[in-house]
Amino acid sequence: MGTLVTLFTTYLKIGFFGFGGGYAMLSLIHSEVVVRNGWLTNGEFADIVAISQMTPGPIAINSATYIGYEVAGVVGSVVATVAVCLPALTLMMLITHYFLRLQNNRFVKGAVAGMRPVVVGMIASAALLLIFPHAEDGRSFIDGWSWAIFGITLIASARKINPILLILCSGVAGVLIYGL
Amino acid sequence: MLRLWEIFWTFLKIGAFTFGGGYAMIPLIQHEVVARHKWLSEREFIDLLTIAQAAPGPISLNTAVFVGYKQLRYLGALSAILGVVIPSFTIILLVALFFTEMRHNSIVDAAFRGMRPAVVALIVAPIVGLTKGMHWWLIALSAVVAVVVWHFGFSPIWLLIGGAVAGILWATKQGGKVV
Repeated sequence: MGTLVTLFTTYLKIGFFGFGGGYAMLSLIHSEVVVRNGWLTNGEFADIVAISQMTPGPIAINSATYIGYEVAGVVGSVVATVAVCLPALTLMMLITHYFLRLQNNRFVKGAVAGMRPVVVGMIASAALLLIFPHAEDGRSFIDGWSWAIFGITLIASARKINPILLILCSGVAGVLIYGL
Repeated sequence: MLRLWEIFWTFLKIGAFTFGGGYAMIPLIQHEVVARHKWLSEREFIDLLTIAQAAPGPISLNTAVFVGYKQLRYLGALSAILGVVIPSFTIILLVALFFTEMRHNSIVDAAFRGMRPAVVALIVAPIVGLTKGMHWWLIALSAVVAVVVWHFGFSPIWLLIGGAVAGILWATKQGGKVV
């Protein structure tokens, strides 16, 4: 029961402070799930990010469902998924309701402008956490091949090549390099 | 009831076919919500994107709540959010059920070793676009945030709150002129 409550409050927090969407939420999810609660290792976290990229739906929901299951089975996955959706549901209904009045409010604009550099920094820290983790376990970059895959994917992504295709190709490359 | 079902079904489709998250789903949402069902005008859609990004939570969830609530209030919002969540929930639950055993397979492990650096590249890629048009000192601030979160394990929550407070104070001082 205690675990379910922690799961619920943790994902409620992630849902409530998940500004900037997807990648920006990663460092928040990492700080809660890996650093604070120790539910996953760095490597497992990196795997979930990869799975989220290949499956439909937002990363926040994907990670909630997966980690909820890992921590407390099917009930856990329902609890975490509902928790991560609740803030968006309630806040967005309020915002929609007062939408026109709030939209040009200078304080709202100021708050959004002030959070923007933090959001960009959060995305960068998610990348740093995966490249240089604090623990030996779960390093994303293990040799020169890793950096080659990283460089090629970065260039291909800048040329608007479909990310799912890129992940699949890198998986095939991994099998060819490390699996045979 | 029919319209409730229509909202649910539309967002179920959006939830099932939006791979890659975030900005990748915008064209599909636009097609369904603006072109096909005419639930929003082109202008309303742009406004929606602005607030969906400013509000916490995934963009697709925020969009679902906005459109659903506008059409049929609470029930509309609820059926739209259920539609978006159900596909990803089902798929990830299946993955979680079978992945743990698969993970120990040496071929699967090799594939994931190849995918990890690619995932990092996909995270790095949008940073360049986001920093375009930012003041150099704001970019420097972003870099400080990145290092503080990464190296010192500082929770991003306090930094977000700090950023919002600084932005509000600044807006008060500037009398509304915000870049």
